[in-house]
Amino acid sequence: MSDERSTQLISPSEWRRPLVRFGVGGAQLLLLVGLVVIGLGPLLWLAKSAIMPTNDTITHPMSFFPHGAAWSNLREAWVNVDVGRYFWNTVVLALGSWVSQLVVATTGGYALSVLRPRYARVVTGLLLTTLFVPAVVLLVPLYIEIVRPPLIHHSFINSYWAIWLPAGASAFNVVIVKRFFDNLPREIFEAARIDGAGPFTLFTKIVLPLSKPILGVVSVFAVLASWKDFLWPLLVLTDPNKQPLSVRLPTIQSQTELGVFLAAMFIACLVPVAGFLIFQRSFLRGSGLGGAIKG
Amino acid sequence: MDTISEIEVEGAALAAQRRHVRRTPGSWVRGGGFSTFVFMLPLLLVFGAFSWYPIVRTVVMSLQHTNLVQAPTWVGLDNFSRVIHDPQTPIAVKNTAYFALLALVFGYPIPLAAAVLMSEVRRARGLYSALAYLPVVIPPVVAVLLWKVFYDGSSVGVFNTILGWVHLGPYPWLQSQQWAMPSLVLESTWANAGGTVIIYLAALTGVNAELYEAASVDGAGLWRKVWHVTMPQLRGVLLVTMILQIIGTAQVFLEPFLFTSGGPANATLTVLLEIYDYAFGNSLGGDYGSATALSLMLAGFLALFSLVYMRATRAWSQE
Repeated sequence: MSDERSTQLISPSEWRRPLVRFGVGGAQLLLLVGLVVIGLGPLLWLAKSAIMPTNDTITHPMSFFPHGAAWSNLREAWVNVDVGRYFWNTVVLALGSWVSQLVVATTGGYALSVLRPRYARVVTGLLLTTLFVPAVVLLVPLYIEIVRPPLIHHSFINSYWAIWLPAGASAFNVVIVKRFFDNLPREIFEAARIDGAGPFTLFTKIVLPLSKPILGVVSVFAVLASWKDFLWPLLVLTDPNKQPLSVRLPTIQSQTELGVFLAAMFIACLVPVAGFLIFQRSFLRGSGLGGAIKG
Repeated sequence: MDTISEIEVEGAALAAQRRHVRRTPGSWVRGGGFSTFVFMLPLLLVFGAFSWYPIVRTVVMSLQHTNLVQAPTWVGLDNFSRVIHDPQTPIAVKNTAYFALLALVFGYPIPLAAAVLMSEVRRARGLYSALAYLPVVIPPVVAVLLWKVFYDGSSVGVFNTILGWVHLGPYPWLQSQQWAMPSLVLESTWANAGGTVIIYLAALTGVNAELYEAASVDGAGLWRKVWHVTMPQLRGVLLVTMILQIIGTAQVFLEPFLFTSGGPANATLTVLLEIYDYAFGNSLGGDYGSATALSLMLAGFLALFSLVYMRATRAWSQE
C-alpha cells in the first residue's frame, strides 16, 4: 500500500504559492468536513438514537438527549428481541464461510499456481468464466439445488452448510490468491523440493506462511461479505431461530419500537465497524486490489 | 523478473519431458498427480456444485416448466416469450435503466474528484480514506433500514428536520413516485462510493510522477495537469469502474426490496425484483422457468453491452 506517498500532482514549489495552498488546502478541509458528515454522521446518529428514548427520536430526531438516555434499548434488543441469538447466528455463519473460502482459495490457488497440473489451464479458464456470470443467474438453480439436491434426497433448507459451502465458490478469492502465489519466488520452492519437501510440506511450511498478507485480505472480505449477506440466507434459512441479524432486522423493525430497533441495528454494525478499524490496511489494500484485478 | 521467467521456461520444458514419460495411473500417482488432484479437489467440488452446475441448470430450467411439485416439462422458448409479454417487464427494465443512469450521474464524478483531492492531502490521508470507506462496511440491510428512518416523509423525519433548518420541505421521499427512485440511488451511492474512491486512490499512486514534472516544466498549471496528465493516465481504470458500476447497478435488488417493495405504483420495480417475484414472490409456488429466463436475458444483455462497450472504448483506452 503506497498509502503515504504523495502522487506529486502538486509540486513543492506549487504548494508554496498562496493560491494553491489556500485553494487546494481549503477544498481538502471542506472535503474532510463533508466526509465526516456523510461517512461518519449516519453512524453517529444511529449510535445516539440507539440509546435515546423512542419518543424523543420520533419527535426530535436531531436533538441530543432532551430527556436523558435510554440504555434499556440495548438490553431490551439483546435479550427480549433475541438479538443476542441472531448475533451469534451471524458469527457462526461468518466463521464457517470464512473457513470454506480460505480452504478453497488456498488449496485451489496452490494447485493452480504452484503444482500446475496439465488440466490447470482448463480449470483456470472455467474459473475466469464464472467471474463474468452475474450472481443473479445462480440464484434460482442454487435454491432448487438446496431444496432438492441431486443424488442426495435430503433438503438442506435451514442447514448452515447451505450457506457455508456455496460461499467457498468465490472465483475472485481464488484469482487473487493464485496471483499472489504466482509472484512468490520459485527458487524457494525448488530449494524446498531439493530438501525433500513434498507438496503438503511445501504448502503448509512454505507457501502459507509467506502468504499472510493475502490471507488477511481474503479473510476480512470473507467475514464482511458473510456479515452483509441478506438474500441468500433469507431464502435458505426459513427458521427464525437460525437466521442471522441481517435477515431478522426487517422483521424486527415491524415488531418493535423504534428505539429498540435502532439499538438492534447498532449492534449489527459493531463487528464490521470494529473489524474495519482494526484491519483497515487489509480492507483498503483489498479494495485497491479489486480494481487492479478487475482492470 | 528475467530469472524467474527463465526458470519458468525451464520448468515448462522439464514438465513437457516428464509428460512424455508419464502415462499409466501408477506413474501418475508416483509423479505427484494424485496429491495435486487432492489439492484441486475442494475447488473442483465447490465450484462444480455451486457455480458450474447451477449455471448449466439455469439454461435447462429456462426451457422448462418447473415448480418442484410436478415433473418438469420442456416448453421451448415459452418462458422467454411470457416474460417479454409480461406488462411488468418494460416497467422493470425502464426503472433499472433509470437507476443505473442516476447512479452514474451521482456516483461517478464525485468519487473521482474526491480521490484526486485526497491523493494530494499531506497530513492524515489515512483518516480521509477511512472515513470514505466506512459506509462500505456497514451491512447493507442496516444501511437501507437506517436510511428508511432518515427518509421519513413527515415534517419530523431526519432529513426533513435538517432541510427544515433552511426552510425546505417537508419532502415525501420514498412515498412519492417521482422521488422514490432518486432516494434509492442516493442511499446506494452513499453505501458504495467509498469502494470506488479507494480504487481511484490506488490508481492515482500509479501515475508516473515524472509526467507531472515534465508538464510543470512545460508551464502547465494545476488544472492542466489534472486534465492532461491525471485523467488520461486514469483512463483505463475509469473505463473499468464505469462498466463495473453499470453491471452492478443493473442488478440492484436490496434497495427496492427493502425500501419500497417496488412501489409506489411500481415506480421502483427493478429487473431483479421481478425475478424474485417470479421465483419466490408467489406463495402458490414459484415460476422458476420465467425467473431463470429473465435472469438469462439480463445476463445476456449485460454480456453484449460489455462487449460493445469494450469495442467502442478500445481505441480511446489504448490511445
